[in-house]
Amino acid sequence: MKNILVAIESFNGEFKKSGLQAVSYGKEVALSTGASCIVIVNGETSKAGSLGIYGADRVLQFNKPISPADTQALTNQLAELASINSVGMIVMPYNSTARGITGRLSIKMKSGCVTGVQKLPTNIESESVVVSRSVFAGKATAAIKVSGPCIVLSLSPNASQLKTSGNEVAVETIEVKGGETVKVVESKIVTGRTPLPEAELVVSGGRGMKDPSNWGIIEDLAEALGATTACSRPVADSHWRPHYEHVGQTGIAIKPNLYIAIGISGAIQHLAGVNNSKVIVVINKDPEAPFFKAADYGVCGDLFEIVPRLTEAVKKFKHSNT
Amino acid sequence: MKILVCISATPDTTSKISFKNNDSEFNTDGIQFILNPYDEWYALVKALELKEKLGGTVTVIHVGPVQNEPMIRKALAIGADDAVRVNSTPSSSYETAHQIAHYAGSQNYELILSGKETIDYQSGEVGSMISELLTLPYVAFASQLDIQNGLAICNRDIEGGVEVLEIKLPVVISASKGMAEQRIANMKGIMMAKSKPLVIVEPLPMASNTSILSYSLPPAKKGVKMIDADHMDELVRMLHEHDKVI
Ligand SMILES: Cc1cc2nc3c(=O)[nH]c(=O)nc-3n(C[C@H](O)[C@H](O)[C@H](O)COP(=O)(O)OP(=O)(O)OC[C@H]3O[C@@H](n4cnc5c(N)ncnc54)[C@H](O)[C@@H]3O)c2cc1C
Ligand SMILES: Nc1ncnc2c1ncn2[C@@H]1O[C@H](COP(=O)(O)O)[C@@H](O)[C@H]1O
Repeated sequence: MKNILVAIESFNGEFKKSGLQAVSYGKEVALSTGASCIVIVNGETSKAGSLGIYGADRVLQFNKPISPADTQALTNQLAELASINSVGMIVMPYNSTARGITGRLSIKMKSGCVTGVQKLPTNIESESVVVSRSVFAGKATAAIKVSGPCIVLSLSPNASQLKTSGNEVAVETIEVKGGETVKVVESKIVTGRTPLPEAELVVSGGRGMKDPSNWGIIEDLAEALGATTACSRPVADSHWRPHYEHVGQTGIAIKPNLYIAIGISGAIQHLAGVNNSKVIVVINKDPEAPFFKAADYGVCGDLFEIVPRLTEAVKKFKHSNT
Repeated sequence: MKILVCISATPDTTSKISFKNNDSEFNTDGIQFILNPYDEWYALVKALELKEKLGGTVTVIHVGPVQNEPMIRKALAIGADDAVRVNSTPSSSYETAHQIAHYAGSQNYELILSGKETIDYQSGEVGSMISELLTLPYVAFASQLDIQNGLAICNRDIEGGVEVLEIKLPVVISASKGMAEQRIANMKGIMMAKSKPLVIVEPLPMASNTSILSYSLPPAKKGVKMIDADHMDELVRMLHEHDKVI
């Protein structure tokens, strides 16, 4: 395998955990093949050199940020870097940027592409690897052989652990060429909390909440935990909660460490978006609710009594732990 | 305005998933296939809305075997004007994208819409690949779209929000939830669909660069541990000490 190119972004000058994990992923692959892990940073940040700590052998940074909405411009720049630097694999975290460009990039590199890879590759050959990803809404995992002179992978959260054994490295600046074909008119960030796709703790409400005015108890629990709020589809469809909170097959698929489902029955389409969560807690008054079958912990009873009690217990725990 | 909508067939969500031939192949016995919801509910309906507003035609294209024609007829019944079926069973997004780009390349579509992903393999790559093959701009996961004066104005879903974009046509866009409201075919639509044109195109010969070697089912959950509703501190303790998630 030739060199590994890891493409990551900075947000408000910082890197997200998913980006750092991609660097560590790139380093692991590079180590097993004796190649270099080259990281390209898109965004304004003074911290690019610190990526050496997570495994970057070389760090490159665009001299000005390229809007990820301009999928052509970003693809062309990455493709050029890949060919100059003898790259055999491009990796990036699976996020809105990757969604726009991995397919494009793989066509440009005349190579295969896999979305949402879950683990380090196996069977690494000079022009192919085997990776795994979740399919059928989390109901199965597929092992996929992907080949070509420059394979493109986007990574699910935790595809690799963070490794911090390296040192700061010097940053090389890459001149961005070409004009823009896409105009970004406006950027609306709608939530102050960690966005759902990145949240490690999620508190979610369903139709069992009865009325949007009851959401205070969900907010309180989320606040106490430092969690992000989510909801089931009928809740979003009836405008009790904003659409960006809708999780499930037709909403967002998430993979938090903890998912607390409150007054949600656990329909298969809902589970499709949440059953990759590490730990699932279900609070429901119906002992036959299907969600209990997919849960790690279940609490059977009236959510209007249980949720405030849970919030108190969390507060008590946080208080005694600080 | 000339619009192309890519439509795919996926197993109904409630399907029980199983595999055959040493877990190397998806077992389609007894599986009910449906139109991929993102294609049907959002991409197709948005195309119809744009046609109603600006005039033009809506063509649907599907890469798949003859057994999938009822799904193509359904898209015609909902309101598409005509349909193309590329007669092959693709084994990857790469193959699908090549077949569609090959057909679309000579047709001068101003807008090519796909769903954000198929709900079975969920790769969300076809639109992105088509755009590169045709050297067009691409927007992934657009939750709103309007066309004004030759510009596509759309919302792109990003982490924790949306970005509003303006792009000159032609463009390739993938549709996520919010782009349109589902429409149900009525009796008249179903009758008319029977006589709408469905062109069959023979595929380009293709070799894919991804292949599924095997499938595995996730490990079964250990079973739920029920916690008494009066003992929420016990739940918190387990989450902290046993699972280490808080
Ligand atoms: C193609 C397709 C795609 C879909 N995609 C999605 C999707 O992405 N996401 C999604 O969520 N759904 C989706 N659905 C809908 C899904 O099938 C269910 O209808 C939906 O998830 C149900 O939402 P719910 O659990 O909030 O409501 P319900 O099914 O009505 O469940 C409410 C639950 O609350 C419990 N409850 C009521 N009162 C109390 C109380 N006082 N205390 C404790 N518990 C109480 C009840 O016992 C019940 O289990 C989809 C459906 C289709 C056909
Ligand atoms: N066989 C197919 N024929 C036509 N369009 C397809 C096909 N497969 C996928 N698509 C389109 O591409 C989108 C994304 O698919 P995928 O990249 O497979 O997740 C779908 O929502 C469809 O719009």
